[in-house]
Amino acid sequence: MSKIESKLRGAARRSVHATAAEAAGRLAARAAEAHLIDVAYTFVDTPFGRFLAASTLRGLVRLAFHPEPVDEVLSDLARRVSPRVLEAPRELDEVRRELDEYFDGRRHEFELRLDWRLTHGFSERVLRATARIPYGGVSTYRDVAARAGNPRAMRAAGNALGSNPLPIVVPCHRVVRTGGDVGNYGGGPEMKRALLLLEGALPEGD
Amino acid sequence: MSVSLPPFQVFLDSHREDVYRFLVALVGPNEAEDCFQETFLGALRAYPRLRDAKNLRGWVLTIAHRKAMDHHRSRARRAEPMAEMPERGATPGHETDPALWNMVRALPPRQRAAVVGRYVNDLSYREIARITGGTEQAARRNAADGIVKLKEAWER
Repeated sequence: MSKIESKLRGAARRSVHATAAEAAGRLAARAAEAHLIDVAYTFVDTPFGRFLAASTLRGLVRLAFHPEPVDEVLSDLARRVSPRVLEAPRELDEVRRELDEYFDGRRHEFELRLDWRLTHGFSERVLRATARIPYGGVSTYRDVAARAGNPRAMRAAGNALGSNPLPIVVPCHRVVRTGGDVGNYGGGPEMKRALLLLEGALPEGD
Repeated sequence: MSVSLPPFQVFLDSHREDVYRFLVALVGPNEAEDCFQETFLGALRAYPRLRDAKNLRGWVLTIAHRKAMDHHRSRARRAEPMAEMPERGATPGHETDPALWNMVRALPPRQRAAVVGRYVNDLSYREIARITGGTEQAARRNAADGIVKLKEAWER
């Protein structure tokens, strides 16, 4: 191969890794300005690990944490909301601030606008009832099922809470078993107990 | 049924290096950043309407090629020959052989795109034809003619 061709091929092997990554990082600001982001997301560090937070123009649409895989959450958003999903941390400054305050114990109520589009029907009614359980309080599966319109649909209520697209903000951790056991949680029962301790809903050392 | 597109961020992360490399070669390190932003903004605008998720690399390189052509045309209108383009300092995508790349960028558009597609991005002639328009044979000929021209200029 001649000198020219090998020089040209040399360029192909030269790394543009860092410059391309920086250029891609600058895209979010221009895309937001042009209103081309349908789902903006970012990562928020919390005492329970890294959360993924996603919002639309209507409000916060999704919060996710371990063990939910990031790529699956993003693919689900692309499929169910819009494929225009872009990492845009600045678009979620308010979400980050309120979550920080909550985990610091300084915030008892979220003021974020919520986008409920990932839940429907009975599930949505269960989650909206759950959203009204106050900080420091708990409710039971039976009770939220009743407030959603069907006191006997405890299992369906449990499923609705288990697939809550907005955990923490819609406080499904405040729904416990009738006997007092904390019950299941997406992030594990330890996390549920820790959240209830943070909120003062469980006696210390329980 | 609509096609299942990856989240745009995943698409961007998968192709940003290919696009950046392609643009640095076509328009130079100083202008690559602007063309890069224009390319992905254009892609983002059209993304939800995309009917085929099979060849996303080809699709985004087609947009990048169009942005690079627009760029060359607007430079030509302002009568600034490519060879006099200032390429100073450690700009993004720093080049080791500025003289050679200035020659690449002085090639006729089809030869330039074929040479860059073939040797910088390692595309097949079939892919180059899809990106620039025209046939596979024409892409092959354009790349060969471009290389001949570069050799002549280089040895002069």
